[in-house]
Formats: sequence, C-alpha cells, structure tokens
Amino acid sequence: MATYLEFIQQNEERDGVRFSWNVWPSSRLEATRMVVPLACLLTPLKERPDLPPVQYEPVLCSRPTCKAVLNPLCQVDYRAKLWACNFCFQRNQFPPAYAGISEVNQPAELMPQFSTIEYIVQRGPQTPLIFLYVVDTCLEEEDLQALKESLQMSLSLLPSDALVGLITFGRMIQVHELSCEGISKSYVFRGTKDLTAKQIQDMLGLSRPAVPIQQGRPLQTPEQPAISSRFLQPVHKVDMNLTDLLGELQRDPWPVTQGKRPLRSTGVALSIAVGLLEGTFPNTGARIMLFTGGPPTQGPGMVVGDELKTPIRSWHDIEKDNARFMKKATKHYETLANRAAANGHCIDIYACALDQTGLLEMKCCANLTGGHMVMGDSFNTSLFKQTFQRVFNKGFNGEFRMAFGACLDVKTSRELKIAGAIGPCISLNAKGPCVSESELGIGGTSQWKICSLDPSTTLAIYFEVVNQHNAPIPQGGRGAVQFVTQYQHSSTQKRIRVTTIARNWADAQSQLQHIEAAFDQEAAAVLMARLGVYRAESEEGPDVLRWLDRQLIRLCQKFGQYSKDDPNSFRLSESFSLYPQFMFHLRRSPFLQVFNNSPDESSYYRHHFARQDLTQSLIMIQPILYAYSFHGPPEPVLLDSSSILPDRILLMDTFFQIVIYLGETIAQWQKAGYQEMPEYENFKHLLQAPLDDAQEILQTRFPMPRYIHTEHGGSQARFLLSKVNPSQTHNNLYAWGQESGAPILTDDVSLQVFMDHLKKLAVSSAA
Amino acid sequence: MGPVHQGNNYIGPGATPSLTSSGHPASFQGQLSPPPAQQQVALPPGSQVPPPANNLNGLCAQPSLPPIARQDGIPGPVSPNPNLQQLSAQASGPGYHPQQSNCGPQMAGSQLSYPGAFSGGPAHLSGPQQKKLDPDSIPSPIQVIENDKASRGGQIYATNARGQVPPLVTTDCVIHDQGHASPRYIRCTTYCFPLSSDMAKQARIPLAAVIQPFAVIPPNETPLYVVNHGETGPIRCNRCKAYMCPFMQFIEGGRRYQCGFCNCVNDVPPFFFQHLDHTGQRVDHYERPELSLGSYEYVATLDYCRNNKPPKPPAYIFMIDVSYRNIKSGLVKLICDELKTLLDKLPREEQEESSAIQVGFVTYNKVLHFFNVKSSLAQPQMMVVSDVGEVFVPLLDGFLVNFQDSRSVVINLLDQIPEMFADTNESETIFAPVIQAGMEALKAAECAGKLFIFHSSLPTAEAPGKLRNRDDKKILNTDKEKTLFQPQVNSYEPLARDCVAHGCCVNLFLFPNQYVDIASMGLVTLYTGGTLYKYNNFQLDADSPRFLSDLRKDIEKKTGFDAIMRVRTSTGFRATDFFGAIYMNNTTDVEMAAVDCDKAVTVEFKHDDKLNEDSGALIQCAVLYTSISGQRRLLIHNIGLNCSSQLADVYKSCETDALINFFAKSAFKAILSQPLKMVREMLMNHTAHMLACYRKNCASPSAVSQLVLPDAMKVLPVYMNCLSKSCVLVGRPEIPTDERAYYRQLVTSMGVADTQLFFYPQLLPVNSLDLKSDAIPAALRCSEERLSEGGAFLLTNGLIMFLWLGVNVPPELIQGLFNVPSFAHINAEATSLPDLDNPYSKKFKSVLKHIQNQKPYAMKFMIVKQKEQPEMLFQQFLVEDKSIYGGASYVDFLCCVHKEICQLLR
Repeated sequence: MATYLEFIQQNEERDGVRFSWNVWPSSRLEATRMVVPLACLLTPLKERPDLPPVQYEPVLCSRPTCKAVLNPLCQVDYRAKLWACNFCFQRNQFPPAYAGISEVNQPAELMPQFSTIEYIVQRGPQTPLIFLYVVDTCLEEEDLQALKESLQMSLSLLPSDALVGLITFGRMIQVHELSCEGISKSYVFRGTKDLTAKQIQDMLGLSRPAVPIQQGRPLQTPEQPAISSRFLQPVHKVDMNLTDLLGELQRDPWPVTQGKRPLRSTGVALSIAVGLLEGTFPNTGARIMLFTGGPPTQGPGMVVGDELKTPIRSWHDIEKDNARFMKKATKHYETLANRAAANGHCIDIYACALDQTGLLEMKCCANLTGGHMVMGDSFNTSLFKQTFQRVFNKGFNGEFRMAFGACLDVKTSRELKIAGAIGPCISLNAKGPCVSESELGIGGTSQWKICSLDPSTTLAIYFEVVNQHNAPIPQGGRGAVQFVTQYQHSSTQKRIRVTTIARNWADAQSQLQHIEAAFDQEAAAVLMARLGVYRAESEEGPDVLRWLDRQLIRLCQKFGQYSKDDPNSFRLSESFSLYPQFMFHLRRSPFLQVFNNSPDESSYYRHHFARQDLTQSLIMIQPILYAYSFHGPPEPVLLDSSSILPDRILLMDTFFQIVIYLGETIAQWQKAGYQEMPEYENFKHLLQAPLDDAQEILQTRFPMPRYIHTEHGGSQARFLLSKVNPSQTHNNLYAWGQESGAPILTDDVSLQVFMDHLKKLAVSSAA
Repeated sequence: MGPVHQGNNYIGPGATPSLTSSGHPASFQGQLSPPPAQQQVALPPGSQVPPPANNLNGLCAQPSLPPIARQDGIPGPVSPNPNLQQLSAQASGPGYHPQQSNCGPQMAGSQLSYPGAFSGGPAHLSGPQQKKLDPDSIPSPIQVIENDKASRGGQIYATNARGQVPPLVTTDCVIHDQGHASPRYIRCTTYCFPLSSDMAKQARIPLAAVIQPFAVIPPNETPLYVVNHGETGPIRCNRCKAYMCPFMQFIEGGRRYQCGFCNCVNDVPPFFFQHLDHTGQRVDHYERPELSLGSYEYVATLDYCRNNKPPKPPAYIFMIDVSYRNIKSGLVKLICDELKTLLDKLPREEQEESSAIQVGFVTYNKVLHFFNVKSSLAQPQMMVVSDVGEVFVPLLDGFLVNFQDSRSVVINLLDQIPEMFADTNESETIFAPVIQAGMEALKAAECAGKLFIFHSSLPTAEAPGKLRNRDDKKILNTDKEKTLFQPQVNSYEPLARDCVAHGCCVNLFLFPNQYVDIASMGLVTLYTGGTLYKYNNFQLDADSPRFLSDLRKDIEKKTGFDAIMRVRTSTGFRATDFFGAIYMNNTTDVEMAAVDCDKAVTVEFKHDDKLNEDSGALIQCAVLYTSISGQRRLLIHNIGLNCSSQLADVYKSCETDALINFFAKSAFKAILSQPLKMVREMLMNHTAHMLACYRKNCASPSAVSQLVLPDAMKVLPVYMNCLSKSCVLVGRPEIPTDERAYYRQLVTSMGVADTQLFFYPQLLPVNSLDLKSDAIPAALRCSEERLSEGGAFLLTNGLIMFLWLGVNVPPELIQGLFNVPSFAHINAEATSLPDLDNPYSKKFKSVLKHIQNQKPYAMKFMIVKQKEQPEMLFQQFLVEDKSIYGGASYVDFLCCVHKEICQLLR
C-alpha cells in the first residue's frame, strides 16, 4: 500500500488535491454505498516554489458551456494542430501562436508534470492592494495603546503602493480623511442608524455621476483619484500622517456610566467600511480589518445591550431561544458579508477581549469573504501582536502570502457532477451541465468566489458520480476534474492557476479491493468532519453526532471484515484503520461539542476548521502529543491519558493551543532547581527540548496558538486533560491498577468503549 | 404752581386740505365736519402740584382758552359721501360691540374703515385746492419730548411712590430705586389702572407693562444687589409664591408678614426675623434690598436648577456658513479674524479673572463640520457630519472649550478655516440641521448657551427645514398675505421648542442678497430670545464695520440664559398675554432660552375682579436664569400701580410710548392670523375709541366737532399712524417681504425706547450743530417741510441712519464733513464719513456715536443727496408726511381719527 500513500503524497505536493477515494466507483449506486462521498480537499494556491508561472493566456475549449483549459490529459493532433477537450470532447484548433508545436516541442500545459500550471494574464486595470482598518476605540487605555502600536507597525509591512484607510468607531463612527494637510478631518456617523450603501456614499461625498471604468483603461485618470483618495491613500504618501493620526487616537470620549458597557457601533462601522469600498473599489482585492475589543452594543448588529447586568448570550440562551439580538444581528452581518463578497472584498475580524465579542453573529463576515478571524484576550498580548504581524508574512519569493478576489471554477468529466463546496467561499451561482442537483455544502454552482485566500486556504469539494449502474465504465477508464482559479496576486497581477487531475474508475463489485486500497482515510476524515461542522452550524448538535455515528457504522459495515453478530471478529483494513479514531476525537472536538465553549469560541474554532489544509485539520481533530523523557528521543505518543507519566514532559499541539506539560516528577525536579546545577545539564536540555519544538510550531502557525506551559496538577493542565482519550477515569482507575497514567475526572466514554460499541453495531445484523 | 403745560389747540381736520406734496383720496375731501379742537390743559404727570379746586375729578384741568376758530372759517358741512356714511354707520351701529375691542392677537370685530390710507397708489388731489392746515398747530411729538426733557431731564427720579408716571424714554435722568422698579426695567401703558373691568372696557386703554428685565443701567445708577439666603433660598409667599419684596406687610411684631399679592399671612422664617419699629417697618428695612428696592437679585438654590444640578457656565457656539458665496465675499475670513480678538472679550462676572463661557466651532455648507479644539491637541480636528437628516453631535470632549485653555488650537483653527474651504464650490446650504446640531451640542454638554449662526442663503439643500422661494407679490393685500409671515415648513417650530427646552438661544447673522424667507429662518431666533441681524448684499468694505460692531456688541452683551419669567400680580387682575422674543409652553411661564439687555417682553393684563384703590395694582416679575458664570439666579422687579375709579386718572397716567410698544407688538402678532387691512383698521378704531372715551368721560363739554386729546396721549395719533403705515403692515410689491418679516421680528422684542425711535425717527439738523457744546440739537418733526435746501439733516430710526444733504448745503459743512469741495463731489455711495480733524467732523462724529451708543443695532449709514435717487427711500422715514406707499400723512390720519371719534360720540 505504500504505493498509494506515495501516490497520494505526490499528488498533494504537485496539485494540492487530496481525494477521499483515489479510485472512483463507476456508478452512482456504488458511490453511495461507499458512505464517504467522493470528494477532495483542494488547496488552490498551494505554494509551489518549483512552478514558475507562464506569461501567456491559457487556451480554452471553444465550446461556450465548457471552456476547459488545455491540459496534459487532452488528446492532441499535432499535425492538424487540433486538440480534443477531455471534458466535452470538443475538437479545438490551436491558436496561431501554437503553430510550431509538435510531439517534441510541446507547450508546458501539455506536459504531464504540469498538471498544475499558473498563467499570468494581462487583464483589466491593476489596482493596488487595499487595506481598510476599522478600529474600535472603546478599549482600555493599555489595549488601545498596544493596538495603535500594532497598527503603526503594520504600515511598514504593507506594500508601499497599497492603499490604506482608517475608520474608527465607538459610540460614533469616524471615517478619517487621509489626504488633507493640516487639520485632520473625519466624517462622523451615528452608531445607531442603519444606512444604505447609497446613503453612506452620499454622505461621504463618494457618489458622483458614475464614470464607468472601462476595461483596460488605466485607472489613474486625473479625476479618478479625487473620489476615493480622500479616504484611501497610498501608504507611502500618508505614512507619516497616518502614524500621527493613529498616535493621537483617543479612547471613545463618551462617558460610560457605572454598570454599563461602552456603546460600541460595530455594526454600522462595518456597514460603512463595506459601503465605502463598494462605492470606490468594486471588484478589486481589498481587506477590511476589523479590530474590536468587545461586543457591539448599539445600532444594527448589536449583540448585547449596554446593561452589564445582562450577560452576553451563551449556548444555553441560544438553545432556550433567549438570545434576543442574535437573529437580527446575524442577518445584518450576513448582508454585509454578502455585499463585501460580491465586490471581492474580505473582512478580517480581530477580536480581543476577555468576554465574548459577538463572533457568533459576525462570523459570516470572515467566513464568507475568506477573511481571518482572530480571537484573543487582549490586544496587548503576543498572541495578537504576532498573529497580526503574520498576516503580512511573505512567502518564499518575497511576496505576500495573500491573494484576493479568487474565482474557482470546477469542471468535471461527464460521469461526475459537482455537489458543493465547503470553505471560505460564496457561490457564484454558475449553473451548468456539471452541477449536481443534490447539494453538499455550498452547492448548486460550479463556481465559487473566494475573496481572500492564502497558500494554505483549503476548500472541500464534493462530487457526485452520476454514471448509471448499468452503464459501462466510462471511456478511457479515467475520470477527470479541472480546477481553474483566477485570482489577484499580491503583486496585483491577475493570475490563473489550472489544476487538472484524473483518477481511474473501478467497478465496485468486482474491484472493491482497489477502491478500498485507494481510500485516503485522512482526507476522508477531514471531508466528513467538514460536512459535520457545516451541518452543526444549522442543526442541533446531537443530530450531527448521530449522523456522523451512522456514517461511521455504515462505513465499517461496508468495509469491515467480520462475522455477523460477532464483535470480536471485526477487522478493518489498514487504509481504514485510523478512521474510527479520527471520528472518536472529532465527536469530542470543540467543532461539534459546545459544552464548555462560548458561542464565540465555537464560531472561532469552526471558522478555522473550514479553511485549513489537511495536516492542520487533522491536528485540530486529533491533537498531536509528543513525549520527552530520559528514556529515549522525543516520540509521538498516543493521545491518551495513559501517556501522562510523571517522568515525562508532554507537548500537545491542538492547533489552537500548544501545551507543554511537565509530569509530576519532572515538575518536582524543576522546582528543586536541578536544571541550574551543572551536573544535571541533561535535565536542563530535557526541559528545553519541548520549548524549542513548540517555538518551531509557533513560528509558522497562523493564527498564533495559545501557548500554555503547565505541569502536573496545574490549573492549565485541563487543556491537556480535556483532549486525551480518557482511558483512565475515576470510574475505572482501580480496575486498571496504579502503574501508569493519570485519571481523568470525566464521564466521557473512552476510545476503547467507543470502539467496542462501534464493533458491536457494525456487526449487528439488526442495523 | 409747577409748570403748566398747555395742550395744542387747533382746528379740526375737515377743513384741512391735503399736503400738496402728496395728495390723498378725493373721497375724503370736504366730507367731514371740521370740529374745533378743544384745548386741554393737564398737569404734567407726576408733578407735585395739587389739582385746581374747581376740577371736578381733581385730576383733569379745565380748558382755560376758548376754542380757536377754523382758519377758513367755514363750518364743516357733513358732506354726503355715501361710501363713508355707510362705513361709519357700520362702525357706530348696533353691530358694534365695545367688548370686541381689546387689541389682542385676535383683532376681530372691527368694521371701521380707514378711508384716508391705502386705497391704492398715491392718489392725486382732485378736489379744489383748500387751505393747508398749519402742521405746527397739531400736537408735535418733538414738542412733547422737548418739554419733558426740559422739565425732568437731568434730574433725579426716585421711584418712591406707587403709580408715578416716569419721565419719557427720551429724557435723560438719574433713577433712584426706592421701592419700585426703575422705568428702565418696567414701563407701563398706564400707571393707574381702572378700578373695574367695566371701566377698563369702556376706556379700552390696554393695560400692559413692557418689561426689559436685563436693561442696562448707566454707571451713575446703582447696580442690582444680589441677595443670598444660602441653602434656604429666597423667601416666598406660601400661597402665591411671590418673592419677598417691599410689598410684603410685616405684622405681629415682625413674626409674620402679609403677602401684598394674595393677602396670605405667612410666618417669617426665624433667620429672617427682625423687629418692627414704631411705624411698623422692619428695623432692617434699609439694609435688605428685598425689603427696600424695586429690583434685586436672589441667588437661587438647587431647587431652581434643571434636574436639581448646579448649572454649568453657558457656551457660545459659532456656526459659520462656508458655502461658496461666503468664502468668496471674504466673510468667512472676516469672521474668523474677528473671533481671534473677540474671544478675549467674552463676558465675565466682574469679580472673575476670565470668562467662564465655553466656546465651540462649527462650519457648514451642505454638511456640518465640527471641530475638536481640545487644549491637548496640536492641531484642531475636523469631524464631518453628513447625516443632516438626523443631526447629532459627533464629539463631546473637546468641542466646547475654554478659550484661554485652548487658545493656540482655536487660533490655529480660525487661521485655517478660510483656507480649508478656499476652493469650495458648494453653494447649497442647510439651516435647520445647523440649529439642531448646536442645540444637541449644548444638550450633550448639559449647559445653556447661544449659537452664533452666520448664514447667507436660502437653505435649499435636501435636509429638514429645506426652504423654497415662496415670495409671491401676488398675494399681497389678500387674505393669504399673512402666510408670508408664517414659517413655510412646520419643522422650525418644534425645533424652536426643543431649543428653548434646552436653553439654546439662536443668534442669526444673515447676509442675504436675495429672498431668504426670514419668516421661516428667523422663527427659532425669535422664539429663543435670540437676535436677528441682517446685512443685505453684504459688501466686505462697506458693511463689515457694522457687522463687526453688532457681533462684538452681541458677544459682550449682558445676557441671562435658560431663563423663565413669571409675572405675578396682586388680586383683581392678572397677566393674560405676552409679546416678545419668548416661548410660552403654558399660559403663565415665559420661557426664554436667553434674554439679553435689549430684549423686552410686553405683558398685557386683564381684570378678573375689582381692584382696590388702597392697595393698588402690584406687579412682580421674577426671572429665573443662569448667569454668564453659570450661577442660577432670580431677578426680581416689583412695581406698584395706582387704581382709580376715575377714568381721568387713568388717562392722565398713560404713557404713549409704552402704548405704542404694546400696539406694535400686538398688531404684529395679529397679522399672523388676520388680514393686514383689518389689523390697520383695528389700530385706527382703537385709537379713536380711547380718545372718544376720554372725550365723553373726562373732557369738559365742548362742541362735538372739536377734537380733544388727553395730554398724555396727545401724540398717540401720530405714533399710531406711524405704526399703521410701517412697512410690516403695508403690503406693497416694492417692499421686500424679507424686510417686513425682519422688522416684524425686531419690533417683537423691542423695548419702549427702541419702538419709540423706530416708529418716529429722530431727525436732527446737522447744519445747526452747536460746535461748542456737547449737546445734541433738538430734533425736528419728521416731515419734508422741516428740511431745507440749505441744510443737512441726520435721520435715524435705530436701524438705519440717513444723512440728507440739501442742494445748497454750505460748502464749509461739506468740506468739513466730507473733505470735498462741493455738493457734486460728495460720493453718495459712502457708508461712513472720513475722520477729519475739524470741528464739523468731530462734532458730527460725536453725535453719531452718541446716537449709536444707546442702540442695540449698529445702524446702516446712508448719504442722501437731495433730488437724487435714494431720496425715495429716505422719504419713507418722514413719517408725518404721506407715504409713497400710500400711508396717510399725520394730518390726514388725525382727521380720520377725529371723524371716527365724532361717529362714536354721536
């Protein structure tokens, strides 16, 4: 099976694609019986340092409904200079520029190693990147100071021609004009009044007889800058001004009486930001960066009233239908998110507060537009500061790791249809022959808009096999999918990345073992998890869990080897062996369990889960645990309570948290100060090793995880204890004996119990 | 015997031909029986002379001279003019009810015609030329003024007795408060009230007081004492809540006092107790202002404050229209430059080092710009509010600042404003949102204050209070004419109400060069006790001195903020109607967002019972206000009037100047609801009625055809004529509607002195200036006849000043004043005279200064050369003549009044 693992790995490295099944069941019926849908995780902009973009336009299939891009899978008639589209079988003439091609002189896009290729195209005006800061001023002095410094710092990280704008808000909203000399000028809006885009533009003086921006015409006509330039200015021009302006920012001056929350008009502020960009730079890559230190407390989009005695809604309130502002607020932010997305603008939310800030209501702003969501305790923490800095990280070639306004177009061969996608995208409602009627995730379209993406942004795309059971295995024996991603590169170039993949068809009845062997259980786990999380957003938690369980049982029934009604006989092949364990941890994960999480936290976790790539997603589902001890080199250990031993240091990475946990003995040694003694230098090294490893993870992770350093018995140890499989609990401790591990005080079932039940149900003939 | 003043004796107007310069309607000619006037001799009011023994009622002297025969000797035949007969019949017929005659806002019921005036354009004399009535033989206002000056000028007038008639407003004297409020604060239409309402109805003399609570007191008079009772607060009658005053009678050895207003007996608070002396007067009578003075102030306690919180010092917010025109005309720069020095002169309490007043700045065109001028800022910050539909204040901290603290930021701002908008091309403006913004700012800062709005155009931008040009000359003289004086949209009235509720006074400086609908725009100003200033076709060079002087004066004015006035009366009568720059939420509380030294409220009283001759009629006016330093105070003015069962007493104690003030205000209020024609007729009718009643009840028997005028009302007809032909009451296409609305508004808040001058301008002969003395020459009657080709005359009505130059003015005068050799060289466009080092110029300038000093508005100065174009404008102010707009001449009006009287007496 090593071959399939290699195959999967190669494919992922080359194309950024991982399919749940790498050999496809050849009929609709068979496909449904496979339980796990045919789907893939696509990382559209996967970093490919070895792939230089080509500087010409892609060649498209001439059939208007197809327009697939010429790719290595196409049949080419070099003499006639014709090529056949592998999706619709249309025969196409090569364009004149291709007159010189032959078997030995092939353009890159025909070479098999270029199944993924990137084109740089000259299309439309090039507009600089746009960053619009939307800053909450209802912060504590310290927090505001830290935020101001971060913002000032960020100016130096922006490309110098990028346009930057500033909106501050508290009880009122101020849109700062950046162009003026002398007196600083801002437009002020009431925080309680919902304004239409038109009103906002009128009030900002942006609406003037619309001069349509013609394609290809340079944008910087003498008149053009005047409109928008008042609020959005190139960084190099207003650097100093803006630094001063940020420096002079004061806390919201309106008095807040005892027992009240400050009046915070996040809803209107965002609405104005969206309206401003909508009016000035529609269909141009832009980032609205919202920095907020608390929940919106007035106006449209308010999440909680200003009385401190009424706490912000909890899951309990939501279940009891007791969250009076939630629906209205969610609707407000959804409308904004959709408007922003329609214009290709993304919204980042940086929420730093000890209490909730309304991420639940605002989540769609980041989710639908591909924006970042960052949650922290304070702006004055390294978690926020470094995360924010990392937004402006640069990739291997010195370019920003951000791209804008992407449009993902998926084309499939006839036997396959597209059921939907789950990820930071919105539907473009492109109906076509390859769109399935059944929907999984955001369906009903073959095109999605991703307003902002980075090299790790990953979408789950679900397909449906439509080939009828009695129809023959499709011609050529391979099914193909093409992903065409058009986007605005951070260098403001327009680029198109095309990935074309093909997989073999197999008859599920005769060749089930092939299909089984080509199962990618990691991809499948993530794909199923995404479906589950997607469902959890709209359905009751227990329903989702039941659905997941049923799917798991069905999968085990289908692919397990067992004798009926004999749980002990149950076996799973190696390619499925880890899958139930993933599901066990997924069930316990904060993505599906709301217990102990605030609605904001759930939204935050789910947000990240729906956009990270496979590796990170797996870490989120099943955190990684490393053990450091004198008994050998650092090793990964089971995420199990039995791994918690007194003479071990554990390092757990849950994606959101990095926990370093010192076992009981180690902690005592440390307290005794052995690490300071020269003769125990090895102990010092042992203590240092997990720190170094953690640092390495911290370096690359976005957003910055919460870094927790704790020890046996420490209150923070709960982060570890809540994650490990509770194989030893207070209930069974004595049965297990005393030799190892730490009991977890929980009534949760352990993996062992879970597996026992699974086996029982899988083999049960009643099921 | 004191000086006996003789009334004029003259011939009835029936024989009077019209003046040759302007004819009057032919229908008037020769129709009226010309009754010989009876001479009335009356004692000068307030004189200590005992009445002659033979006087029946003891107050009215009998005529001692026989009537003078008509000059033409022809008995006045009753001419059979059907038109007039009919109208007169209506007037005196059964349909006429005297009760309807009170001249309140509802001037209904008058059926009297007023044939002498307004029957179209200038009519020409059609009848045979008749002999002219000698104008010198009819009562002269100038004579009255001069006589009063001669008899009482420069003396001390002590307010020690109830019901004294004070010197005229035109007479300079020193006033000693000895228990009744100085006439500077309160003047009454009559100082002796009729005893019963029947009597009052019979006489139809309006019973009113014109109260100017913050009037400026000359330095040689004692300023107001401030009484501070600490936490106890002012002492008040338990029942009627009147404040402790000289009218309270202490009894039972000083342990209790009886309220002079409601007769309730109250306990004297222990801390206030004092023994009585043998006359029943408290021992400390002269030590306590509230026991011995007519006017004084109390420090108010928290109970008298809004929300029971001590008030904050008031704020001044400057709101500048920075639309294209104001930038281009240089006005914005002018204002900003001026403010830099002006802000140092904000009013302050005498004992304080700097002013407590906060200042704020807003500019606007179609949107509003607020400025943060917090002292900690290096640069001011501008905040634009473009949501003019629902204006709000974008900042709290840093908007209103102490000028001294934020000096550098404010100066920086004022330097930058003109530059900031230098290339604006925004010509549309908003208005109501500007006021709203200022009001909200004061509300947010929880203080009272004044807005200074500098505005130039009709607010046509899309916003609340948007106005359109509705100036329609076609509706003049129709029933719809009154709408021109009403606001065109109804959003201004609620706005005014809100402003008053939050103590926001709106001062409006208008710089229009076309119709700006003052009736709408000025409404909030009027209701909030603000002042409206108007500079038509503002030219930087010509008009800025006038504007700046107004602005300076206004900023430095003594003002009370967030004021509420209550007028209490002794039993038997009560205040029923209030006129002025005020807002009334209910029938008793007069609310004023601010009240300054020039604002007067006219209060009308009505009987509700019989008065008592012994106790008289007592009035206490209390104004609760916030001072410029943010102290809550009560200003109390007390005045006692006499009561009499004799109408003659009432007539004797009348004050014509106050009457005119009352009539003007009530007529100007009435035009909102009634056709102008009816209002004018009402004035005429009222005049005739008062005089007829006098004639019937007080004058000695004489021929019916004789015109008899009470001494105190001798000049009432001429003043009434001036009022009824003032441009507010005369709809003529030549008179801009805005001008009428403007004057209407100004007069509504004027005090007695201002209305006197406004309706009867002062005409001074400049050529006969006595270069050696400081004295102002005696004025002349406002008639063309008084002018001479060889003279130069200065005419002023408090708003405008004309220097009229006859064609033959002596060259030395021209040289002296203008520094040009001859009449032809004089530039009539000039708006000021050069400062020259010669006695003519110096003397003239000092006269100008003297006149200007006493008046609230900087007067516009115009040069009129005889027989040149602007003379038309000038002639309007010669109020004794027939007006080019159809107003009757004095003589004609007098004839007409006389005729009415005859009808009434018949």
